[in-house]
Amino acid sequence: MNSIILIAGTRYLSALLILFSIYALLRGHNEPGGGFIGGLIGSTGFILYAIACGTDQARRALRARPETVAMIGLAIALGAGLSAALFGDVFFTGQWLFLGATETEKGLPVSTVLAFDVGVYMAVFGSILGLVFAMEEEI
Amino acid sequence: MSWVLVLPLTIPFVTAIFAFLFREQSAGRWISVAGSAALVAASLVLLVQTIDAGVLAAQMGSWAAPFGVTLVADLLSAAMAVITAIIALAVSVYALADIDADAERAGYHALFNVLIAGVMGAFLTGDLFNLYVWFEVMLIASFGLLILGGKPEQIDGGVKYVALNLISTILFLTGIGLLYGMTGTLNMADLAGAVESADPGLLSVVAVAFMVAFGVKAALFPLFFWLPASYHTPHFAVSAVFAGLLTKVGVYALIRMFTLVFDHDIGFTHEILLWIAGLTMAIGVLGAAAQNDIRKILSFHIVSQIGYMVLGLALMTPLALVGAVFYLIHHIIVKANLFLIAGVADRIAGDTDLSRIGGLYKSAPFLAVLFFIPAFSLAGFPPLSGFWAKFIVVKAALDVQGWVIAAVALVVGLLTIYSMTKIWAEAFWTPHPDGVDPSLATLAPATRNALVLPVAGLALMTVVIGLVPGGFMSFAETAANQLLVPDAYISTVLEARVE
Repeated sequence: MNSIILIAGTRYLSALLILFSIYALLRGHNEPGGGFIGGLIGSTGFILYAIACGTDQARRALRARPETVAMIGLAIALGAGLSAALFGDVFFTGQWLFLGATETEKGLPVSTVLAFDVGVYMAVFGSILGLVFAMEEEI
Repeated sequence: MSWVLVLPLTIPFVTAIFAFLFREQSAGRWISVAGSAALVAASLVLLVQTIDAGVLAAQMGSWAAPFGVTLVADLLSAAMAVITAIIALAVSVYALADIDADAERAGYHALFNVLIAGVMGAFLTGDLFNLYVWFEVMLIASFGLLILGGKPEQIDGGVKYVALNLISTILFLTGIGLLYGMTGTLNMADLAGAVESADPGLLSVVAVAFMVAFGVKAALFPLFFWLPASYHTPHFAVSAVFAGLLTKVGVYALIRMFTLVFDHDIGFTHEILLWIAGLTMAIGVLGAAAQNDIRKILSFHIVSQIGYMVLGLALMTPLALVGAVFYLIHHIIVKANLFLIAGVADRIAGDTDLSRIGGLYKSAPFLAVLFFIPAFSLAGFPPLSGFWAKFIVVKAALDVQGWVIAAVALVVGLLTIYSMTKIWAEAFWTPHPDGVDPSLATLAPATRNALVLPVAGLALMTVVIGLVPGGFMSFAETAANQLLVPDAYISTVLEARVE
């Protein structure tokens, strides 16, 4: 599509959508949101960019192949689930580490749960973009 | 203990990741084969343990049921897992010769294994929302597989496929929402008890929403249009795994929900299913009669055969459910095999359009034998597996004085023979219109082995099920009893220990 208005608008919208997607991803830890919806929102940022400026430009902006992003995401998500086995727990049992925890301070919690969400984000983001780019290029 | 249930799910995902890493080299396809072989082993272990224990359940993430996601295997689930793994192995061997380097670079093996993981997940989950997630995983992976190659008719079929499946997904999600609003739980075992206090009228409405959602997935009349529109376009390996497994996930979901949760008003829900089953059988087989391409004929026969399985569910007697389970197992093997054979015929004779090929019986007699077995098993010839499957379902219909539906089932069987005979006559008996002799010897040995071995293996299984049906029958009986009296299922899920 060759519309100057869309191209000008997309520059702001894409960035906003991607930012919002990361917000949704992190918010999902304790409130509605999460990796799946975050990945969907993030992919719409790039889809909008692809519609406005063409898939070549969108692929260049993404740098990595979307399929690669999806597979890395799948690996992270699966790794987060399987890591429970190292601690003798059932598949997907969350493993927590509290960085800098002292007797009074709780410290910064780091968990496989968050890693799983990041993995899901990347898997959804990559696979949706892979499909959409392929469709855009075929038609 | 919980890892027995987890492994059949994680193996395909791990395989997908490694197959994707090595997609540029030939190692990728062998990783897929090795992964599928490991999957067969893992699901066999699951089956053996399930036979020992009756029902297995494990709570993912150490969250106790009904709050967390439970993985659960009763005999039906475990058997479906084994069959899925067997089909995955057969198709991944077949793909060694069928999938070109372009499709491999585009990530065929990764998508294929993700699809298998989705199917496994749908069979093993005990949670309704989790089932929805697996449906989504399957949908995304199968759409990717469907449009690999990028031919216009593939995109056309793919868009129809996704559009109709999305409608089904939305209905499914709506049903889930309503059910959660009514009962406050989505754990299937917990639901079985919770729906007893729900408003039966409202519950019937929700049941119909689920029926339509799963009906689209299972390609039931009148919601099957996406199937014949899309199944003849992709690679043969892809259409074989679709034909074998995808619609059967819908049937499985129907069987699970309508024996475990929606059995409050059988006179209403199962009466609808009975009508749908009859119409699905009849319309499917009539649609097939009008087609002239092997894969299109087979696609319509998927629809027609689904009717028999749903008939088993609709009658809801012990024998009928035995028939449905037996039919499910028999059909997956036979149908996937027929699509694989269509691929071999296409490879050596040049097409799948019946008017453009021929002479396979004279020049490729071994292939003719291999086609004969699943084709006439599908049509219900004794002593092949399809005969027993049809026999049980029809007998179950006669036992409850369902004369009309039994007659429909028998006539549809006859018309199935007509379609199979048509393929047999046109592709195998009449000489090739171009005067060539399509022979298996024209293929390179490695290609030939990769194409014929899985076909022969699946045909052998069809014969074995047909000749010694006793073991499979008593297995199906136990599985059907678990479905009819799901007490063990419910108690195992709700009491599964959090380790």
